[in-house]
Amino acid sequence: MLDKNGIAKRIAKEMQDGWYVNLGIGIPTLVANFIPENISVEFQSENGILGMGPFPFDGEEDADLINAGKQTITALPGAAIFDSALSFAMIRGQHVQMTVLGAMEVSETGDIANWKIPGKMVKGMGGAMDLVASAENIIVAMQHTNRAGESKLLKTCTLPITGVRCVKKIVTDLAVLEVDPDGKGFRLLERAPGVSVEEIVSKTAGQLIIEGDIPEMVL
Amino acid sequence: MINKVVPNATAAIAGLESHMTVLFGGFGLCGIPENAIAAISKTDITGLTCVSNNAGVDGFGLGILLENRQIKKMISSYVGENAEFERQMLSGELEVDLVPQGTLAERCRAAGAGIPAFFTPAGFGTEVAEGKEVRWFNGKPHILEHAFDAPFAFVKAWKGDEAGNLIFKGTARNFNPVMAMAGKITVAEVEELVPAGTLDPNEIHTPGIFVQRIFQGEKFEKRIEQRTVRTR
Repeated sequence: MLDKNGIAKRIAKEMQDGWYVNLGIGIPTLVANFIPENISVEFQSENGILGMGPFPFDGEEDADLINAGKQTITALPGAAIFDSALSFAMIRGQHVQMTVLGAMEVSETGDIANWKIPGKMVKGMGGAMDLVASAENIIVAMQHTNRAGESKLLKTCTLPITGVRCVKKIVTDLAVLEVDPDGKGFRLLERAPGVSVEEIVSKTAGQLIIEGDIPEMVL
Repeated sequence: MINKVVPNATAAIAGLESHMTVLFGGFGLCGIPENAIAAISKTDITGLTCVSNNAGVDGFGLGILLENRQIKKMISSYVGENAEFERQMLSGELEVDLVPQGTLAERCRAAGAGIPAFFTPAGFGTEVAEGKEVRWFNGKPHILEHAFDAPFAFVKAWKGDEAGNLIFKGTARNFNPVMAMAGKITVAEVEELVPAGTLDPNEIHTPGIFVQRIFQGEKFEKRIEQRTVRTR
């Protein structure tokens, strides 16, 4: 089973040299810590910066330099800053190659729900609807089950959705899964260390496709 | 040179009336027009429809106007950081229209660019698309969204000159340039107001044609919402 850093580490292996990447709030933010040294990727934050760097050193934080999670950040050499319309032109125009974001639910056809729990939480979608409607590679980083132990990988989403048929891959604490492009279900690609196929089966409510031996992931 | 300078925030908000739709620049608390908000909070203007990515926090930013009950409706993409906001929304005192962030930005840009409406893929198949026209382009569904129509926009820049030309600093740029384009009367508050000719024309982010009034803010608190640091 993977912890949050493990999930982030596994997602970092999906990055390709020369990609621009948007990381959502939460586990996705941690992915930046595990990018292999032999590749160059640049992080976009949708409030308006490319070339986002790590948090500033204590005492060097700048109220005018934050990420989409409103956290203080730094700008790396080669960074660029722009307005919100240009930022979403990059996203909608598919100039950003990968989006990593969290989810409350994912359906077996790749629908995602992550912005609203009716009657409980209405915070808004921020940039998530724009991101999932346009990104070519969308990876969801999440726990396989919710706090009540129920599967978050469903046949259809029960919560209001953020986007339709958009998720390509899901990395959870238990597994790496691909959403079948023909809508047949979640294809199990890898097991987390020490996790059995049986456990993944028991915790996946949507259709699960298991073909041949499922390898344990290499981190 | 057309001089856009007004003496202070009070003069800058002249003509703002109850029940108007107003655009406010900023992302979270970063790059918000603090001085205009403070001036509005001292008036008896109410019933405003405010377009802003966020709704401030309790006691700061648009949170001040919320506490004063000066806002009737918020049009935002993310509103999670404000207890008073949540209370007013749940009790039905405050109307809320949640809009995807890129759509929010484009509705401002389009307004300023003379484009009345546009199609975007964002929100297709979700609650956001309800009641909106859908058309397919290049094999993908898109929904029709309309430009904002706002008599006033309040923005904040780092430096500005007498002609209304603006330069922003860091990610405090965010929605400010597109909201400046969209407002019929755009009011810019700046940290440093300089004579025309001081700023390099090559480095202007927002040309003065989009700004009707400019003033140097009396005070900028520039609060940090999430102070995150690393150790040396």
